[in-house]
Amino acid sequence: MAGLELLSDQGYRLDGRKAPELRKVQARMGVFAQADGSAYIEQGNTKALAVVYGPHEMRGSRSRTLHDRAVINCQYSMATFSTAERKRRPHGDRKSTEMSLHLKQTFEAAVMTQLYPRSQIDIYVKVLQADGGNYSVCVNAATLAVIDAGIPMRDYVCACTVGFVDETPLADLCFAEESGGGSSLALALLPRGGQIALLQMDARLHQDHLETLMEAAMTACKGVSKVLDEVVRQHLQEVSVLTGE
Amino acid sequence: MLKSKTFVKKTRSGGVMKIVREHYLRDDIWCGSEVCTECKQESTVLQRDACIESDLCCFPHYLIPDTNVVLHQIDVLEDPLIRNVVILQTVLQEVRHRSAPIYKRLKDILHEQEKHFYTFTNEHHRETFIEREPGESANDRNDRAIRVAVKWYSHHLEKGGSDGPKAVLITNDQGNKEKAEESDLLVYKCEEYIKSLIANPELVDRLALANDEKNDISSSKVLFPEHFPLSRIQVGIKSGTFLQGTFRASRDNYLEATVFVQGEGEDSTEVLLQGLQNLNRAIHQDVVAVQLLPREQWLAPSSVVLHDEREAKDEDATEEEEKEKAMKNIADDAARKPTGRVVGIIKRNWRPFCGMLNSSLIKESTRHLFTPADRRVPRIRIETRQASALASQRIMVAIDGWPRHSRYPNGHFVRSLGAAGDKETETEVLLLEHDVPHQDFSQAVLSFLPKMPWSITPEDMAVRQDLRALTVCSVDPPGCTDIDDALHCRTLENGNLEVGVHIADVSHFIRPGNALDLEASNRGTTVYLCGKRIDMVPELLSSNLCSLRSNVERLAFSCIWEMNNKADIVKTRFTKSVINSKASLTYAEAQLRIDDTTMNDDITNSLRGLNKLAKILKRQRIEKGALTLSSLEVRFHIDSETHDPIDLQTKELMETNSMVEEFMLLANISVAQKIYDEFSECALLRKHPAPPPSNYDILTKAAKSKGLAIHTDSAKALADSLDVAKVDGFPYFNTLLRILATRCMMQAVYFCSGMDSDFHHYGLASPIYTHFTSPIRRYSDIIVHRLLAVAIGADSTYPDLTDKHKQSALCNNLNYRHKMSQYAQRASVAFHTQLFFKSRGILNEEGFILFVRKNAIIVLIPKFGLEGTVFFDSKDKTGPKLVFDEEGPTLMVEQHTFKIFDKVKVTISLDDSNVQHQKIRMSLVDPVIPGVSVPVTEVEPPAKKPKLDC
Ligand SMILES: [Zn+2]
Repeated sequence: MAGLELLSDQGYRLDGRKAPELRKVQARMGVFAQADGSAYIEQGNTKALAVVYGPHEMRGSRSRTLHDRAVINCQYSMATFSTAERKRRPHGDRKSTEMSLHLKQTFEAAVMTQLYPRSQIDIYVKVLQADGGNYSVCVNAATLAVIDAGIPMRDYVCACTVGFVDETPLADLCFAEESGGGSSLALALLPRGGQIALLQMDARLHQDHLETLMEAAMTACKGVSKVLDEVVRQHLQEVSVLTGE
Repeated sequence: MLKSKTFVKKTRSGGVMKIVREHYLRDDIWCGSEVCTECKQESTVLQRDACIESDLCCFPHYLIPDTNVVLHQIDVLEDPLIRNVVILQTVLQEVRHRSAPIYKRLKDILHEQEKHFYTFTNEHHRETFIEREPGESANDRNDRAIRVAVKWYSHHLEKGGSDGPKAVLITNDQGNKEKAEESDLLVYKCEEYIKSLIANPELVDRLALANDEKNDISSSKVLFPEHFPLSRIQVGIKSGTFLQGTFRASRDNYLEATVFVQGEGEDSTEVLLQGLQNLNRAIHQDVVAVQLLPREQWLAPSSVVLHDEREAKDEDATEEEEKEKAMKNIADDAARKPTGRVVGIIKRNWRPFCGMLNSSLIKESTRHLFTPADRRVPRIRIETRQASALASQRIMVAIDGWPRHSRYPNGHFVRSLGAAGDKETETEVLLLEHDVPHQDFSQAVLSFLPKMPWSITPEDMAVRQDLRALTVCSVDPPGCTDIDDALHCRTLENGNLEVGVHIADVSHFIRPGNALDLEASNRGTTVYLCGKRIDMVPELLSSNLCSLRSNVERLAFSCIWEMNNKADIVKTRFTKSVINSKASLTYAEAQLRIDDTTMNDDITNSLRGLNKLAKILKRQRIEKGALTLSSLEVRFHIDSETHDPIDLQTKELMETNSMVEEFMLLANISVAQKIYDEFSECALLRKHPAPPPSNYDILTKAAKSKGLAIHTDSAKALADSLDVAKVDGFPYFNTLLRILATRCMMQAVYFCSGMDSDFHHYGLASPIYTHFTSPIRRYSDIIVHRLLAVAIGADSTYPDLTDKHKQSALCNNLNYRHKMSQYAQRASVAFHTQLFFKSRGILNEEGFILFVRKNAIIVLIPKFGLEGTVFFDSKDKTGPKLVFDEEGPTLMVEQHTFKIFDKVKVTISLDDSNVQHQKIRMSLVDPVIPGVSVPVTEVEPPAKKPKLDC
């Protein structure tokens, strides 16, 4: 039996997308009233929820307090029912810890933390259904939640996972593509200035391919940013109608 | 663009997992037709004027075949006549799942522009995607999807006007056809459609025979046990009741085969199969499931040589049964091998076979038996109306199936290769049979050649060492035009010697990944046949720009050592260079210069220095246990006009042969070490595994028969015992023994250092080895050049070079091509030997027995390097009394006992009674055995020039 053909000769991927096309993105902001900010996002079949509390005073150990900026605290988790396999997911396993750390680094680069010295911002993200690109979807969800909380950021942080198959970069990988071999790269970008908030790649990739892959990732991130921007504007419109301003 | 897609979920259950996948439907998938005005396509594939003379459809039309038509009638689809075909994505995917070779062929057709085949991505088209209905099988859904797509095409094409092309569904499935007719589609069966092509009746022959019951003239008696379905086989393999392996038919006995079962590591086994019933319709190279028979039914491999030479008719199997009985070996338990029977086929590995037609005895019959050139493949029954025209031709035939009640598989005619016996045709056959790519280089490949006139640019000079002043020369066989190595040797001021091996810098011209590179990597090696060379790279490179000819400036990759007078290496360095060879010598010319004491020029002195060092190197190598084995290689003197062989001689070796060889070995070893140091994971190396001890059985037995002992525990022990194995008054004995030893060896192979841990080269007694010195004719060397160039910073790396999986796959291809080229070469020598004996008539020669079989002896004629079989039984008359002893092995014929190495006299003649398998016939002259040996024939004068009618 032959493996999956990730990219057909006609240029279509498994799910019918062309190489640079993103999955369908749907998002909603302000899904929880009691949190300072929240957002729900669906990127294809990957679904994630992000909730933001803060900025507020430091809780717990005071020693972590920073005098010139806010501390960002991130927590990533996956719902037990999020994958095809029903696996018990202990809190704080290695993968979640790593993801949490990546998210923290990403948002430290994007949030204007210097405006809130000696305080703390909490970002909680949960993957409800996983179908590839978990990190990227979480970043996008968290961005919306942070905006919803009204915390100033330098720019949207938009993330996208890109893969490399048959010398062609594929944007926004789904799970089958992620596990189908080949190297994949996750990029979190501040699209306006083109600054990179986080770049992560575990697999081996030849140096010659890096540039094309990076370009594809940047383009994809900019595509995501357009969608997010629309979501935010839509949300603002709805809110302003409601409040009658 | 992004939002324009509707969104459907597709659920796929497998085992306990539920997989949910997204499936996007699109509006931007175009029909690919020239007539369409609606689709916004940039280029079109399907022609406006898609006409083909058919009395069923007299209007332009596009064919849309279903999956089974593609799978079974790929030969028809490949015909240049069939154009303007739509391959649906549904069909493409199903074909991909079900047969990798056919998928590849289909892809090749799709890439061919003249064929006008278009892939329609119907599964992602908004209007042609359908969901599986409750209770509908996957197959039914796909059939329906195909019908929906055909319907869509019909409607879509109608919009361009009623006289435009129409879509025609081709299916062989009756149910599918009826349903299609219900929804007003144009639908035909494949056979029906092909037969309607009035202008091209010969296409009918390419139709695969349907496995219908009515199609079989053979008795309805079931001849073979049934094959188990795949599901049952898989269960059986898991539980260990069945074994999975590759079926290897015997070349010498059509009723015998072995199945090679790959085990863990060394743990592979071979299962013996005997008798038609147990072979159960498996064909050479198929992957099969076998069941072992109970131990008491195990058999020993028969030593009988048996060919299926019956008349072309299906008689009852009694004759076979008798033969089967005859070959049962009443051997003691030790010789018995695990024996089994085929219970199922896991994967067919059928390819089109070359061969010839045995015309049916009934003149008007359209059914004929086809005999493949490969003896391991059974005869195939085909249907053709051109039998008389094809009778004297070599043709290609593909197998369609093998029903249980048919003695032979069914197949169909693919194409004709030309008149049998013709040198061109026979060469074509042997290239095809050995899968040697031999088409002319395509325009795409040629476009990557350097533009002429070519010269070395100042940029090239800047990055290379200028070695033009050195006295470099090359030594090769006479007539060599692809010179890939040259040498120099000079004395340094400190008294040491500087020796350089300069290799053609092919990787300078062949850049990674372009069409030229891909073609070379697929070909893998240049194939040398008698009087013909099939180049790996285009001639401009092989015989001109890369060839290190004398008195021209050439780019080289040099390996330069500083050695002391004991040939110890003091320093090694590698550099890209420019050289200017001072002389291109033959081995004989170089030998003359060395021996002629009056010559004292630079070239000669350089040669003498090299020769002196080479002798020391060789001695050191042999002390370490390197083997010097023997194989007789013959060389033909070919008539320059007719290209017929006029004389034949065994190649003789001179000191200078081994001088060049010694430095090539040294360069290869030095480079192997260097690239392994630099790239421990992805160095391309070559290893030669030590043979398993049982391989040596035949050698030790043979030596024992002369009272000698051969030690085989190490290469060194073997080399030493071969050196002392001499028999008084039998000077040729040692050579014979070395020929036998060669047959015991394993094949040397390329491998990727990251995928293996055993690097040892047994024959050369070197811990590491690679190929660096012949990049013009071996692709492995090009890769090694690239690795070395990166290692010394002379070139940049590229992704595939450091990917060990890709490199491992490349090694597999190179090993395969290498093996096939050797087989092709042997076949070519055999064919030319036949031509030679045809022109010579009958000859009487002396020879030695090399092997003893149950009903024959195999004789080697040293004068011609020719091996032939003397049979002692014949199918018509009662043969002489034969007693075979496995232990010796010896064969007693009447009163005379034949042993290995016995000297015999035979007559040699060409037996051309079977045009396809012309063979050298040998009959015994001396010793004289009444009723067996033949009287000495008067040697006929050489035949006159062959006339055209023969
Ligand atoms: Zn159209």
